[in-house]
Amino acid sequence: MFDYVWFDYNFHWRSALKALPDMLGGAWVTFETAALSMVFGVLIALLLTVMRQSQNPLARGVSGAWVSVARNTPSLFQIYLLYFGLGSFGLHISSWAALLAGITFNNAGYLAENFRGGLKAVPDTQMRAARSLGMSAFKAYQLIIVPQLLRIVFYPLTNQMVWAVLMTSLGVIVGLNNDLTGVTQDYNVKTFRTFEYFALAAVLYYLIAKAIVMVARLLGWRLFRY
Amino acid sequence: MLTTSLTSTDLLFMLQGAWTTIALTLWSMLLGTFGGVICGLLRATLPRATLPLAWVLDIFRSVPLLIQFVLFNSLKSIVGLDWSAFTVACVVLGVYATAYCTEVVRSGVLAVSPNVRRASRSLGLSYWQDLRYIVMPMATRVAFPGWLNLTLSVMKDTALVMWIGIIELLRSSQTIVTRIQEPLLVLCIAGLIYYFISLVVARLGNQLEKRWQEND
Repeated sequence: MFDYVWFDYNFHWRSALKALPDMLGGAWVTFETAALSMVFGVLIALLLTVMRQSQNPLARGVSGAWVSVARNTPSLFQIYLLYFGLGSFGLHISSWAALLAGITFNNAGYLAENFRGGLKAVPDTQMRAARSLGMSAFKAYQLIIVPQLLRIVFYPLTNQMVWAVLMTSLGVIVGLNNDLTGVTQDYNVKTFRTFEYFALAAVLYYLIAKAIVMVARLLGWRLFRY
Repeated sequence: MLTTSLTSTDLLFMLQGAWTTIALTLWSMLLGTFGGVICGLLRATLPRATLPLAWVLDIFRSVPLLIQFVLFNSLKSIVGLDWSAFTVACVVLGVYATAYCTEVVRSGVLAVSPNVRRASRSLGLSYWQDLRYIVMPMATRVAFPGWLNLTLSVMKDTALVMWIGIIELLRSSQTIVTRIQEPLLVLCIAGLIYYFISLVVARLGNQLEKRWQEND
């Protein structure tokens, strides 16, 4: 019944499966890059959030510019600017560094906006109560405000992590060849079995994204159950 | 130091690329909104029966857009469709936008409280009248900011179509960079154009939102 196929193409799944170990290695690089960009992104975003609230116009301007550029231009453009643009200053960075820096820049911009929303949801009285208990401003932020903030922004953070994983696929455009998309593309140009390899990569990306969501859900249940 | 070999022709070339970006955004948002409204309404009214639909749409949100482009492009060749790269890009971006728009529409429809719908039904409106005259206007207002965000993010995601060989804004600037070797200047201009488009779309959307809120 399936003898006649309406297109003239034989799928070679076996050769794609042979590439699976290499692609799993690439998936690990992808995950690592995304996780690293999230760690830096959260730290910078916290800094940006604090800067946005400060009285210093310079700090406010810098953080405002960062957030609006990160949110209003494509992430691929940001990676491009870091990869090609920095060359004008004689600063040549590797494609992996450009990718990491680009995604971190993007993450920080988006997360800063989330944190600002989250900060609004933490009542002012919490800060005043903490200060009146004798905590320094830094201590109050560290022990009172940030823990409450993290609870509110936990879900957007998970989302951003998934986004970061998906964004790492852009590395291949600036010549990265050891992340999941890069490895896939390497096999693709060697064998021209485009569909098979990229379908496998799509499955792996899907699994990574689902795994992140699942772990986050478990973690959220463990952390915020009271 | 301040001289540049960027000519007005180059600038025109970039503006043409920007037009491609805008055209892609318009077409894919048209497709995405159409699909999203249908799927979103289905998801909101029949949450159980359309669960498989949610799983399928979730795939499009969990796989990088770049890979979706490559996959669909090669699938097109396998099946033997004679589509232009532009059509492929519109379809992929449209499906991608549908996946997100479905969630936006669904949350908008669910935000209309059941009591309002019960009231409209008890006033004698039929199911479709209730959907058309009560739910749709209220849901639109709730869903609009999300839809606007989606439009902006689709506009930014059109940058990825360069991988399947369409010359849009970013690709056109790259072409110029390879010729005149002034990446910083050219990329900054491209960035400014992107920023400008985003700003205009966001501003228009905010004005519309404000006008709608007048009666609230």
